[in-house]
Amino acid sequence: MHVVVVGKLVPDLVEDLEVDASGRGLDRQFLKLVLNEFDEHALEEAVLLKEAHGARVTVLAPEAEGVDDALYTALAKGADRAMKLVGLGEAPSSRQIAAALASALPSLGFDLVLTGVQAADDLDGQVGMLLAGYLGLPHVGVVTGVELDPDGSRARVRKEYPGGWLAELEVQLPAVLGIQAAKQPPRYVPVSRVRQAMKEHTLEELSAEPVPVPRLSVRRLSKPEAAGRAEFLDGSPQEVAAQLVSILVERGLVR
Amino acid sequence: MAAQEVEVAVSGDVLVVAERFGGEWTEVTFELLAAGREVAQGLGGTLSVAALGRGTTDQVKALGAADVVLYADAPELEAFVPEVHLRVLEAVVRSRQPRAVLVANTSTGMDLAAPLAARLGVPCVAYCRRVWVEDGTVVAHSQVYGGKLVAEVALEGPGVLALVAGSYPAEAGRGTGSPAVERIPLPALEGLHSRFLRLIEPEAADVDITREEILVAVGRGIGDRENLGLAEELAEALGGAVCASRPLVDNGWLPKNRQVGKSGLTVKPKLYLAAGISGAPEHLEGMRSAELIVAINTDPKAPIFDVAHYGVVGDVLEILPALTEEVRRRKGEG
Ligand SMILES: Cc1cc2nc3c(=O)[nH]c(=O)nc-3n(C[C@H](O)[C@H](O)[C@H](O)COP(=O)(O)OP(=O)(O)OC[C@H]3O[C@@H](n4cnc5c(N)ncnc54)[C@H](O)[C@@H]3O)c2cc1C
Repeated sequence: MHVVVVGKLVPDLVEDLEVDASGRGLDRQFLKLVLNEFDEHALEEAVLLKEAHGARVTVLAPEAEGVDDALYTALAKGADRAMKLVGLGEAPSSRQIAAALASALPSLGFDLVLTGVQAADDLDGQVGMLLAGYLGLPHVGVVTGVELDPDGSRARVRKEYPGGWLAELEVQLPAVLGIQAAKQPPRYVPVSRVRQAMKEHTLEELSAEPVPVPRLSVRRLSKPEAAGRAEFLDGSPQEVAAQLVSILVERGLVR
Repeated sequence: MAAQEVEVAVSGDVLVVAERFGGEWTEVTFELLAAGREVAQGLGGTLSVAALGRGTTDQVKALGAADVVLYADAPELEAFVPEVHLRVLEAVVRSRQPRAVLVANTSTGMDLAAPLAARLGVPCVAYCRRVWVEDGTVVAHSQVYGGKLVAEVALEGPGVLALVAGSYPAEAGRGTGSPAVERIPLPALEGLHSRFLRLIEPEAADVDITREEILVAVGRGIGDRENLGLAEELAEALGGAVCASRPLVDNGWLPKNRQVGKSGLTVKPKLYLAAGISGAPEHLEGMRSAELIVAINTDPKAPIFDVAHYGVVGDVLEILPALTEEVRRRKGEG
């Protein structure tokens, strides 16, 4: 059983995001990149499958500032192999990544591809779902748990529907799953373990042939025009609390 | 079966993909129809709706806002199975060649939009909040980076657009016209690799947050589990309940039936106090129509402030206890 986790690094949303001079892209100069949080869940689910079924886990991510750290961390968490997808240039779109993987993955061989359900920068679609479309493989997104059949030919997955409903589906492998949440929160590994992984492993490279893909023409990237932006209350916590509670009293919400 | 590119369509037709759950068309279906009508008008084409499911034959009338209802009524389509629905939808799109396909960016629609676009060799635009037409070009606003930025993209040719729920008024898509109704010839449904096993009902709730008038909502900004007590105290002082963003529920800090948002519940309380919640589009989907929204966040640029009526830039660990104290004091006076 070979599980391939496809991840990507995305801007840390806690930081300020600035638009570049062209007005159509991100200013990437001081951008801090982190592994997409849903890819963390995909990795966790893969490691859980390894622990339960002895699957081999390969983690793959397009090259980007900080990708080495992310891949070594994945190795420290239990992945067996880590590969950088190279040749796509800076900040490839989801479509470019998916198209490149659709041609590169078959030679790698896999039973299951796990990706995060979505990423904050997938303007042109989610990598996993695009990949499934390209490869014509069965797919399920918004997954919150994967169980494998003992013989490894099928997976039983839990998929979310709106309103807290879940569906249980069975898919024959190979398949592509978009993970929303692993069965348990992603594990933490201390830096010492990551350092150890750096000594024990080398990162491999998978070269991607840039495949022509339909492109979106971005006319403008901007802060949202707030329909009604909040009125801000200033002061010490006590002053703010007094103002806010007065508003609630006025509206009959505190009586 | 590998993807095959389709001939570039030249029609100005729009195809909406209806969404179904529990034997009914969901709210977002009508929102899509509302958006689809505007786009079809702009392109001078017709508005069709693909209505897949079981028992749909008697429910095509509800989709009267469209010019054409293309429906399939089959047991295989009763539950949503991504592979099956994609196969039927792909066949519909290949035969009709619409200029724009509108799909809901929901937990089911997300399994259709991107794979469909990849199979057809046309672009996909995720997270759309608005779609319109300018001089024959389809233009969309897509909410990216957790709602912190909006990308305006133009589609010269055909494409698939995934529309975020809650972006258009559903009433505008509840037409009572008498559309042409056509049954979709089902493609071969053998050789499938996935099947539906069962539906799992949400756990019964001790508190039904959809009925509470006052909600104190906590997000990742609360830091540690032990700080949840601060929100509980405020909720108690206000006579409301505590709810949360998804990560706290995924961590097991609160039960699923306290989650607000796309994959949780939709609430419309009189007061929604969001503490340490960034305001990701998936969260906003579940609470943007609350009557009064107050947000507390250390990041003045957090998207939650775009939907909040009042905002406090500050640390929840300081603001929450101050609020609790103030509420108690006023109540004591009253
Ligand atoms: C298919 C799908 C469905 C989803 N469904 C849902 C859903 O139903 N509900 C949902 O909520 N999410 C949902 N999500 C997840 C969503 O994308 C976000 O990841 C999530 O809403 C973020 O939660 P948060 O705001 O608590 O955390 P974050 O985005 O991490 O935000 C934390 C915020 O706290 C602030 N903060 C930090 N410290 C403090 C402090 N001391 N005081 C005050 N503020 C502080 C930060 O500035 C930040 O804005 C879904 C995602 C997907 C892909």
